[in-house]
Amino acid sequence: MGNLDFSFITADIFSKFVLKGLLFSVELTLIATVGGIVFGTLLALMRLSGKRVLALPAEIYVNGMRSIPLVMVILWFFLLIPFLIGRSIGAEISAIITFIAFEAAYFSEIMRAGIQSIPRGQVMAGQALGMTYSQNMRLIVLPQAFRNMLPVLLTQTIILFQDTSLVYAIGAYDLLKGFVTAGKIYGRVEEVYLLAALVYFVICFGLSAMVRRLQARIAIVR
Amino acid sequence: MALEWQVFLEDDGGGRTYLEWMFDAWGWTLSVAGSAWVVAMVVGVLMGTLRTLPNSPGWSRFANAWVELFRNIPVLVQIFIWYFVLPKAFPVMQQVPGFLLVVLGLGFFTSARIAEQVRAGIQALPRGQRYAAMAMGFTTWQSYRYVLLPMAFRIIWPPLTSESMNLLKNSSVAFAVSIAELTMYAMQVQEETSRGIEVYLAVTALYAASAFAVNRVMAFVEKRIQVPGFVVAGGTGAGH
Repeated sequence: MGNLDFSFITADIFSKFVLKGLLFSVELTLIATVGGIVFGTLLALMRLSGKRVLALPAEIYVNGMRSIPLVMVILWFFLLIPFLIGRSIGAEISAIITFIAFEAAYFSEIMRAGIQSIPRGQVMAGQALGMTYSQNMRLIVLPQAFRNMLPVLLTQTIILFQDTSLVYAIGAYDLLKGFVTAGKIYGRVEEVYLLAALVYFVICFGLSAMVRRLQARIAIVR
Repeated sequence: MALEWQVFLEDDGGGRTYLEWMFDAWGWTLSVAGSAWVVAMVVGVLMGTLRTLPNSPGWSRFANAWVELFRNIPVLVQIFIWYFVLPKAFPVMQQVPGFLLVVLGLGFFTSARIAEQVRAGIQALPRGQRYAAMAMGFTTWQSYRYVLLPMAFRIIWPPLTSESMNLLKNSSVAFAVSIAELTMYAMQVQEETSRGIEVYLAVTALYAASAFAVNRVMAFVEKRIQVPGFVVAGGTGAGH
């Protein structure tokens, strides 16, 4: 491998540049996951409610979000949020709102599959016990759906973590930007990309391995 | 707030209107996505097949490593490596045009996902298919070419459709390496004219239209390659 010089790597780089970016990427991933699952479940319930006035907007939202590139959605929110609230907003806050809104569409598809996979008998048993729709959902269907879809939800979270690198488009300071900044300062722009790839790989591969172990342990035998 | 669509008829300083530039950018998006799709299919089918070979644990592990490598690194970082790092590490690659580097980067990223689907498709076939081919005296290559892969393709066509639409969406990361595609167009024109909403709306519409077209083409092919009587239960595809 000619011309690549890795001698500039020291622990200093990590504490000064990369750590800040890593913290933001992790923060963005966690907030977007929680927010995405909450709103995604809401969207899934709207689509499965059977009432057209709820189902149609939810369907349009989910299908719309899923047919545009994430970079475009990031750009859209970065443009529109300041426009709508009348003042400028940081790239980081814009990224958080964007990712919650975007991932909600994907999580809603996962939760919808999860809810639909619960046997009808469960719902009917709940109704036979006199439960309302919301008690049924809250106490019987959603806990089971969530547990069934946990591996898929976690896999989507890992994908989310990778997608946070796209906030590069609006200059937010995430893990990738941390590496790029370090690279620019030390004049080693190319080497840092390889370092970034290594860090992402280790994190994502490690998390996927954990998800696989989890899947083996929580699978429900019917 | 009125939308001023006539911004598209203004000249961009290079002798063409923004509208012409947009269609040019759309052409680049489709070229990048289309070429990357070809690369992804060829490499992906190869890797997926290698994963399922009965007598070669070495090849199987290699294909597994390939899939894990390309799945666990974000696509943007992969594009950067193809475009900036490899030409520096291997000077011979400096001759390669940027377009080709991006196509290879996107293609290899998607090939890992297609490899997984091909593997799932082949493993979904009854084992009897493979044994019947062996009993007929087919070599491994022949059994894949004439028996296993044709049926596996019918099984995986729906997830392959999603993957193709994802590829079209992922082509937008080429903005970061100055490929003159739609997302780069949107960012530049927004900066030049400050008419962000109109430009973003038009670009979004083009992306949605392209994704829809890909979906329809794949659906058309699905109807044409259908094997009468071979019905596959569809699964829900999650993730992007």
